[in-house]
Amino acid sequence: MFRKILIANRGEIACRVIRTAHQLGIRCVAVYSDADRHALHVKMADEAVNLGAAAAKDSYLVIDKVIEAAKQTGAEAIHPGYGFLSENSRFVQACDAAGIVFIGPPVGAIEAMGSKSAAKSIMEKAGVPLVPGYHGDDQSPDLLKKEAEKIGYPVLLKATAGGGGKGMRIVEKASEFDQALASAKREAINGFGDDTMLVEKYLVKPRHVEFQVFCDQQGKGVYLFERDCSVQRRHQKVIEEAPAPGMSEALRKKMGDAALKAAQAIGYVGAGTVEFLLDVDESFFFMEMNTRLQVEHPVTEMITGEDLVEWQLKVAAGQPLPKSQDQLSINGHAFEARIYAEDPDKDFLPATGTLSYLRTPEENRHVRVDTGVLEGDEVSIYYDPMIAKLIVWDSNREAALSRLAQSLAEYRIAGVTTNTRFLKKLAEAEPFQKADLDTGFIERHEALLFEEKGGSYSPNLLALAALYALLKLDQERQQEAAHSRDPYSPWHGFGGWRLNNNPTLKLRFTLPEQEEPLEILVEASDATGSKNLWTVQVGTHKLLVEGRLTNDRLDAVVNGHHRSVYVADLNNQLTLFTADEHFRCQWQRPDLDNHEFEEASANLTAPMNGSVVTLLVEPGQTVSKGDALMVMEAMKMEHTLSAPADGEVEEFFFAAGDLVSQGAELLKFAATEEA
Amino acid sequence: MSVIKSQINTRSPQFAEKDAAMRTLIEDLHQKLDQVKAGGGAKAQERHLSRGKLLPRERIERLLDQGAPFLEFSQLAAWEVYDDFVPSAGIITGIGRVSGVECIIVANDATTKGGTYYPLTVKKHLRAQEIARKNRLPCIYLVDSGGANLPNQDEVFPDRDHFGRIFYNQANMSGEGIPQIASVMGSCTAGGAYVPAMADESIIVKEQGTIFLAGPPLVKAATGEVVTAEDLGGADVHAKVSGVADHYALNDEHALQLVRRSIARLNWRKQGELDIQPSRPPAYDPEELYGIVGNDLRKPYDVREVIARIVDASEFDEFKRWYGDTLVTGFARIHGYPVGIVANNGVLFSESAQKGAHFVELCCQRGIPLVFLQNITGFMVGSRYEHEGIAKHGAKMVTAVACAQVPKFTVLIGGSFGAGNYGMCGRAYDPNFMWMWPNARISVMGGEQAANVLAQVKREQHDRNGTDWAQEDEEAFKKPVRDMYEHQGHPYYASARLWDDGILDPVQTRDTLGLAISASLNAPIKPTRFGVFRM
Repeated sequence: MFRKILIANRGEIACRVIRTAHQLGIRCVAVYSDADRHALHVKMADEAVNLGAAAAKDSYLVIDKVIEAAKQTGAEAIHPGYGFLSENSRFVQACDAAGIVFIGPPVGAIEAMGSKSAAKSIMEKAGVPLVPGYHGDDQSPDLLKKEAEKIGYPVLLKATAGGGGKGMRIVEKASEFDQALASAKREAINGFGDDTMLVEKYLVKPRHVEFQVFCDQQGKGVYLFERDCSVQRRHQKVIEEAPAPGMSEALRKKMGDAALKAAQAIGYVGAGTVEFLLDVDESFFFMEMNTRLQVEHPVTEMITGEDLVEWQLKVAAGQPLPKSQDQLSINGHAFEARIYAEDPDKDFLPATGTLSYLRTPEENRHVRVDTGVLEGDEVSIYYDPMIAKLIVWDSNREAALSRLAQSLAEYRIAGVTTNTRFLKKLAEAEPFQKADLDTGFIERHEALLFEEKGGSYSPNLLALAALYALLKLDQERQQEAAHSRDPYSPWHGFGGWRLNNNPTLKLRFTLPEQEEPLEILVEASDATGSKNLWTVQVGTHKLLVEGRLTNDRLDAVVNGHHRSVYVADLNNQLTLFTADEHFRCQWQRPDLDNHEFEEASANLTAPMNGSVVTLLVEPGQTVSKGDALMVMEAMKMEHTLSAPADGEVEEFFFAAGDLVSQGAELLKFAATEEA
Repeated sequence: MSVIKSQINTRSPQFAEKDAAMRTLIEDLHQKLDQVKAGGGAKAQERHLSRGKLLPRERIERLLDQGAPFLEFSQLAAWEVYDDFVPSAGIITGIGRVSGVECIIVANDATTKGGTYYPLTVKKHLRAQEIARKNRLPCIYLVDSGGANLPNQDEVFPDRDHFGRIFYNQANMSGEGIPQIASVMGSCTAGGAYVPAMADESIIVKEQGTIFLAGPPLVKAATGEVVTAEDLGGADVHAKVSGVADHYALNDEHALQLVRRSIARLNWRKQGELDIQPSRPPAYDPEELYGIVGNDLRKPYDVREVIARIVDASEFDEFKRWYGDTLVTGFARIHGYPVGIVANNGVLFSESAQKGAHFVELCCQRGIPLVFLQNITGFMVGSRYEHEGIAKHGAKMVTAVACAQVPKFTVLIGGSFGAGNYGMCGRAYDPNFMWMWPNARISVMGGEQAANVLAQVKREQHDRNGTDWAQEDEEAFKKPVRDMYEHQGHPYYASARLWDDGILDPVQTRDTLGLAISASLNAPIKPTRFGVFRM
């Protein structure tokens, strides 16, 4: 076994690998970019080497620097994690040349699977079923379009070098083909430097079922059963589970054998995943093979009781597979939910910011948290927005699912918008509970999964927010009083004492998507506010509240109902974490200066940090409302800025390739005056 | 430390009767205040709001620290004084906590006659400034006024304590280091223009505030220039061109925020020093004051019962308990602040007057604030008392009270008649604050006594002329005198004319005193130099 390895990755997967390596007594070397100087994986490792600037292309993707770091620290092997260099054959070659063990498959296997079209022809020869499609080398747009017509719409356009949903487009009809192709190619060239496309039949209600395979250097192979990753958005997995619901033993064996056959067709070694599309009639098609450890590998670990990283290390060290096929079995059911820094209500727009408040559910035999971040960490534009994974296990699907929902409620994050609320809704959605799964699940159940806009509010939640505000005021006043020269002055009271009048205290909260603050009248049980018992009036509801605030924990009593709530307070932006909900609102305090001096103008601003891809119109050119004006790229995704009205762009403030910060004005737009 | 042991039976019919009577008075007061709080009426308020402005009371709410107390002055100012209904004299004044600092707030109510200054508006504004100056409280002016009320110019403009005094006060307070902050949230015309112009820092609200010495009509008449109010003296002019205003606010709410910001930067320190302890509530429910006091001044009670319901833990250490016992003196705490209490428990005799003078000297020597609970028919009359020199003994007390430099707080809890008013720190003796309970009466003597005195004089005339004066005629003569005294001695009449700083619900006396004492500590407690005591 190795004595020291280097982990050529960051975030949760780096931490995950370090954990197992340490258990096996292996010392770990981390690598990090300037942006990750204080990251968790650096703290966990025994040693860490700086690779350079924040952008992955200047650090984590620079092969020479990684190899150099391994040599410098005397690491015998490199674990690539997923993403970055994990499926880069040149990197594997560089490892081989440097005499460092690459913990993963041999170069040939990576090369064979690296190009999707090449992979398909290999599989075709090996007798693994394929989705009808065009995987040819002739990439002329006309031919691709003709092939699409031959296959029949809808079709899927996919970059052969791509993965993770990038460089991928569904095309519903011929008229959309050209634009979709251009944009998929652009994403592909930016993402992978290769814009070769394949076209294939788009299955309307398919499930995404993948098999975990493992092969050793001795030529043995096993499969560690399947994972269902059907719930996706923009072709990115959101919740994965194992085993796949409704999977019969016969089908499992059939697919498992096919997966193993696929792996052995390319002389595979190590951990790999063979992805299939499973149709309702139990026919299945080979999609692709991932020659790395998958993000969702923990669900397999939970149901098999095996540590896949341990297996990887053993196999890489030349040991035989720890278990044979008949020694492997499925125990219970596991889910994994991916925690992304993104806003599900804004089309999953990636979010950046500081994780000012971060509390994770308690880990035990049922609950596992794979995370790469700590409270106070920055979620930057440079890397993938996935910040952690929540994995739960129980003896059956129903029990595991209820654990998932509960643990998601206990996953408390503020400062950066995340998808935890969305995940919880997903976990609680009836069709999901009934395992009515397919890759179009999220689109189909939109109404169930997304927030109502400008929606209603619950008086109870606002009462809790009010109680928090009152207790906070109490603490602040006590603190101020203690520091004042007149510490017991009744002027420190905040019960709204008035002469010959009822005490007056109003709190104002602004709910998300609403402009006008909501006013909550508070009546203190005594005007000096010393008893911490109040009646709050929310709309027409009157609620009696009292409680205690200890740091972020609010022990509240609302109309006699005791409950514990956690509150993240970031500059008066409150997030209340109850057992069922994560409720956000802005506490409008008198000194919150949110007055904008700028005249309201039609300047368009960057929705987030990123870079400008192209300018689509000339300054002075007349455009209609909704026309695309420029394309921005951020968080590895494209965003098009459209004209807010008929008019013209007077000036662009940035050129293609420029970096822009969130909120920066991108261009000056002049709307045509109404006639 | 001795605790007052209450002797009151709260279940007696007398208690219930008095309680009900006092509650009727409070009820009536609240009714009047409801009318006053409606300002210039629904229509005027609606018009005001439609311009995007906040109502004056809402402005104050948003200016204050969240949930902070507001000690309003003279809510019934100008009540039934003018033919016009001028609620609160068209100006809201009081002490509020802004950015952690107790400030005087003066807010014009533009919904009441355009916020113009009636004579009592001026008086109320000046009284607020006087409180500011005496207690060293930063001043915040929320200006929204058309200036002097023209039909009343003779009582508003020319005299010493008229309109011009406002700016005189601003200049001198600023000179003494008492900050003057003005926020122009409406018009600020002619003399009014000097409120922001004389301020240390001023804020003006976009498209709402205007400042000019002469408005557009006057400018046109004088020079022929045609100009809009906004172009003549709006926010853009004063914040960007003239420099009359220092801060530019987008709306009322923003302006109030900017005021808060200014106050937060004052580097303000309270200068008064007292031996302070945590506040403890009285051992008896202050609401029992209703049933103890009632509404009939002729029904006596022990004033210690009142003290027991005002002071911390009902603890009261009496001074000269058994000497001159018609005056109760002693030490206590209110909201943790040490106070010396001087309270009437009957008519003043020579001994009680001397005791009072002695006690006031003690408090001044020790720098302890004085609280006067006034319920006094006067000094004892008659040859025996004149011979023992009650005039000079009374004078000692008056001298002591007049010269005392410690903060003084006077509450008229019952009658305030004759020279008793002087010895017990009436308005003329410059208490920092003075309030009346709804059952109180104030006049040179009681209505009955006045009627009797006048009737006596009249009867002597009749006797000299040898004419007859029938009993009914005498009664007919006395009745209007009694009625006049009753009318003019009533708290509403007094409060309307700013003889006090407002009418106080007895239940709120303790909190009001606590707030007032705390506010007074913004000023240093000065040493006292007494005048000559006639021995």
